[in-house]
Amino acid sequence: MTSTDQRYGLARTLTLKGPLRLDGGVLLSPVDIAYETYGTLDEEGGNAILICHALTGDQHVASDHPVTGKPGWWTRMVGPGKPIDPARHFIVCANVLGSCMGSSGPASINPATGRPWGMAFPVITIRDMVRAQAMLLDHLGIGTLEAVVGGSMGGMQALSWPATFPDRVRAVVVIASTARHTAQNIAFHEVGRQAVMADPKWRGGDYYGGRDEPASPPAAGLAVARMAAHITYLSEAGLTEKFGRKLQARDAKTFGFDADFQIESYLRHQGIAFVDRFDANSYLYITRAMDYFDLAEEHGGRLAHAFRASRARFCLVSFDTDWLYPTAESRAIVHALNAAGAPVSFVELSSPFGHDAFLLEAPELNRVVDGFLRAGE
Amino acid sequence: MTLRPDLAIIADTVAAGSRILDVGCGDGALMAVLRDAKGVDARGLEIAAGNVAAAVSRGLSVIQGDADTDLAAYPDASFDYAILSQTLQTAKRPDVVLDHLLRIGRRAFVSFPNFGHWRVRASLLWGGRMPVTRLLPESWYDTPNIHHVTIDDFRAFLSDRGITVEGAWFLSGDRRTSSAAANFRAEHAVFLLRS
Repeated sequence: MTSTDQRYGLARTLTLKGPLRLDGGVLLSPVDIAYETYGTLDEEGGNAILICHALTGDQHVASDHPVTGKPGWWTRMVGPGKPIDPARHFIVCANVLGSCMGSSGPASINPATGRPWGMAFPVITIRDMVRAQAMLLDHLGIGTLEAVVGGSMGGMQALSWPATFPDRVRAVVVIASTARHTAQNIAFHEVGRQAVMADPKWRGGDYYGGRDEPASPPAAGLAVARMAAHITYLSEAGLTEKFGRKLQARDAKTFGFDADFQIESYLRHQGIAFVDRFDANSYLYITRAMDYFDLAEEHGGRLAHAFRASRARFCLVSFDTDWLYPTAESRAIVHALNAAGAPVSFVELSSPFGHDAFLLEAPELNRVVDGFLRAGE
Repeated sequence: MTLRPDLAIIADTVAAGSRILDVGCGDGALMAVLRDAKGVDARGLEIAAGNVAAAVSRGLSVIQGDADTDLAAYPDASFDYAILSQTLQTAKRPDVVLDHLLRIGRRAFVSFPNFGHWRVRASLLWGGRMPVTRLLPESWYDTPNIHHVTIDDFRAFLSDRGITVEGAWFLSGDRRTSSAAANFRAEHAVFLLRS
């Protein structure tokens, strides 16, 4: 493959005529997929690794974010000398369907109206995201993936890969994830969605503006949604260690409703920073896709059946302080894989950082992923 | 790499190309030898996260779990051999673990330190203290070995349950000892069982 091939590199966008048949029954056309690739696809096309991002992630896995200027979201795992290494691997990361970083989503233009889709965008599923990724791989000339790797919602996509395309993936890495959303998971997401929808600026999803009208997104609602969600990504012990009851730049409580506590100030900052880079409607669509996710339900109610046709190796990792997708969820997947006879590794790692641990410095995680990937090379 | 003597016996006996489950596989030393020397399809179960990470990083399929709670998820007869080395005496319910081993594996290897060894007996008889030996190095309060068992206890158990013994090896240090005096002279026993 030559380096001048326009399909490969950073900040690529592919527009496919489609249509893509969605789980909800709608045919989506056209389908935009924004993606990045790192490294070189080998002659046989056998060294490709697909990385799947989480709810508010994007394709900039190891390149600077165009809006925030921050380094890629998983440079601890992806990069020179890391377990997923462009010197060895051809790395692909695509913005998921429904998101807002260049792939088709509610902020994209609806060809029927010439205006953003808004809530007219069809509801999508995790499996729809995976199908869109498969279309991208077709375009890139990748038949079978060496591995698909993802944390959190990325792990849901990674699990869906061998279930949807059993012949197209040889190894699956699922970190801090689950095979289905529980009532509690759905409940937290519903709080976030209602916060967005309760913002008067949401206007039924029609806030993108137009020729005469500036865009006016429901930033307050989305910020609250992010604040609530952010709590679920951290552990109680981690919050206590970092913030405790410490006051924010003051010596005493104000007997008012300013952000007296550091944790309040921190969450407000997280909320405000988030709305600059994320579309509120995308947040609704992607959380919905996660809530609809139940891999067993898609396979006759038995999770083991999801993996029946797959010959892939699996590696699952959970974190002991993750209460969003606790270890028991990973164990349920492991048991199903055992029942299906699949080669599976699983380890619960210790970290004070809760669900977010998979994005943070975790030498043991790197060691496990590195060894697992090398065993297949 | 040199294997522990009980593991070496198991490694010698397992048929090439078979499927094995190593329950309490540690860092995967036996699994790696079986994979590399005999083309065995090896899976492991191990309770300590550090050991699991070490085993996975050498390319082995090992899941973190507990023999007392996680064996139920494995289907019947899904392995040629289920192996339990130096783990029986740490189980909450060794009898249930053995039932699962013989259900999951067509055959089962079980190895354990012999609490009937003369040095153990001497320690209790003359010292009046719970024995601390080379193979049982922990004190009574922090030992993971909560179900001490002698070779004769184990033989009686197998006979009660109608479990077939296809092979038995007895070790004192690195040397084999005879079956007849094993309960007194062997530090260590390895059994190959079939239900």
